[in-house]
Amino acid sequence: MSSYISWVIKVSSLASQIGRSFAIAKKDMLIFYLKGPVVIMGLLFPLFLFIAFLIGRDLSHEYLFVALIAMTAFFTSTAVGPTIIPWEARSKTFERLISTPISITTVLLGDMQASFCFGLIITFAISLSSIFLHISLNLLIFIPAALLSLLTFSAMTILMSSYPPTDVPADVMMLSSLVKFTLLFVSGIFVPLDKLPGYARAITYISPLTYLVDALRYSTGLNGFIPLWIDFLALFIFGILFFALGVMVHKRVLEERFM
Amino acid sequence: MNVIEVEGLTKYYGNFLAVDHIDFEVKKGEIFGFLGPNGAGKTTTIRMLTGILRPSEGKIRIFDMNLREKMLDIKERMGIVPEMANPYIDLTALQNLMLVGRLYGMKKGEIKERCVELLRLFGLYEKKDKKVRSFSKGLKQRLSLAMALLPDPVLLFLDEPTSGLDVMSARLIKRVIREENRKGKTIFMSTHNMADANELCSRIAIINHGRLVAIDTPEKLKKIGERHTVIELSLEPFKFDAERITSADRIELLGDKVKIYTRDADSVIKEIVDYAKKEDLKILSLTTEKPSLEDVFVYLVGDKSE
Repeated sequence: MSSYISWVIKVSSLASQIGRSFAIAKKDMLIFYLKGPVVIMGLLFPLFLFIAFLIGRDLSHEYLFVALIAMTAFFTSTAVGPTIIPWEARSKTFERLISTPISITTVLLGDMQASFCFGLIITFAISLSSIFLHISLNLLIFIPAALLSLLTFSAMTILMSSYPPTDVPADVMMLSSLVKFTLLFVSGIFVPLDKLPGYARAITYISPLTYLVDALRYSTGLNGFIPLWIDFLALFIFGILFFALGVMVHKRVLEERFM
Repeated sequence: MNVIEVEGLTKYYGNFLAVDHIDFEVKKGEIFGFLGPNGAGKTTTIRMLTGILRPSEGKIRIFDMNLREKMLDIKERMGIVPEMANPYIDLTALQNLMLVGRLYGMKKGEIKERCVELLRLFGLYEKKDKKVRSFSKGLKQRLSLAMALLPDPVLLFLDEPTSGLDVMSARLIKRVIREENRKGKTIFMSTHNMADANELCSRIAIINHGRLVAIDTPEKLKKIGERHTVIELSLEPFKFDAERITSADRIELLGDKVKIYTRDADSVIKEIVDYAKKEDLKILSLTTEKPSLEDVFVYLVGDKSE
């Protein structure tokens, strides 16, 4: 009986913490969505990158659509997250936030939701382009792939913001951009996986973006290179790993933010 | 009944010892002042008590629960105004308060009711929809205290609540602190403002170089200095050679005045008169008084730091 009661308490406490993470996410949306670096890295940058990719190439609509959605999902869902905690540390709001009855995991979960929602709104708005490009999209693949990848990329921002424990958002932006571009260029967006030599293909598997690109190819009727279920599984595992590692590092370096 | 119990609390930052094995209790319903000069360990102690920093050694029990084990349960009943912690400047005053309410798991209706009550109490109601970016320091601090009071906590931590504020904001905040204490809240307040501590606190702990040097009621602390006399002296033209007053325990130059702490007022006054005569100086004023809380603080902290 007592173990049942303690289980009920734990579940209700967990539910309460998840509820509170929505408040964090709402706060992040109100504050960070219109910050300059977020607009530049989340909207303008992928737009210009896509234009550069498009010009001078004779590519099928499906191929273009996959690249457009993959870049949009990747850049939008990673634009907000890395800067939130350094920004809060700098503006002296972080101490108040963590002195309320929420765990650091709840704070990070809220930040992740804000990243996810930013990516979700823009990616799904851009995906409407499939209508004008006359692409018959398999929504049963497209929607879960997009949602799962947006969650994974948002979780990646939790890890990106964890180290170094700085209060200078530009430092984190610089490091996260370095990581993002590396992952972008080894993701199979620019060169399909089946055209890559073996060693290069092995490198692409370290990028979670690779699995989104591959799943999106299935959703547009193009051939994928990796079995679809592996794409989903890999995105899921990357997501869990990014979040768990991010929370662990944040907890470990928390004190350094106040020294 | 004790609300806070601290035993052997210690904090190292690398090799630097910031808080050195301190012990104290805070009783239910008291305003406990935590005094010390800059860098004495006040904020580090508050950060450990509010769960932000992990102590290197020692125990903290709040509401008879171990802080590390029951962190969230304890925090549900605490309100905190951290030092230099700002409200979100890109949110309005109302949005800041709503956010806190949701972080404490309060119901929407309850939050709204409490927001209106606190916005009116702190004179912020007319500004509730303005972004905090446009607020003065005083208004930000009022909002900060309103945010801490929103969940109606039974224990309040205030880190330098009146530091650097305009007179009106400081008076308002002190009035609210007194009222909240009268309603039964226990308040742990750090400050280096002696007047505030004397006026508000039922007990005071003085910390210096990470160690507690005294802990008692303001009146009893003043008695520590009772055997001392403070002599304030003004000379014309102003010229003073501290080495000539050999019976002084401590001498401070304050603009065109000198403050002398001594256990032998008679000898010091004789030396002053002698010095003034020899140097042909006019004694403009010479007053003797018993030490204030500030004098006791300077005596306790100064002696240790020199």
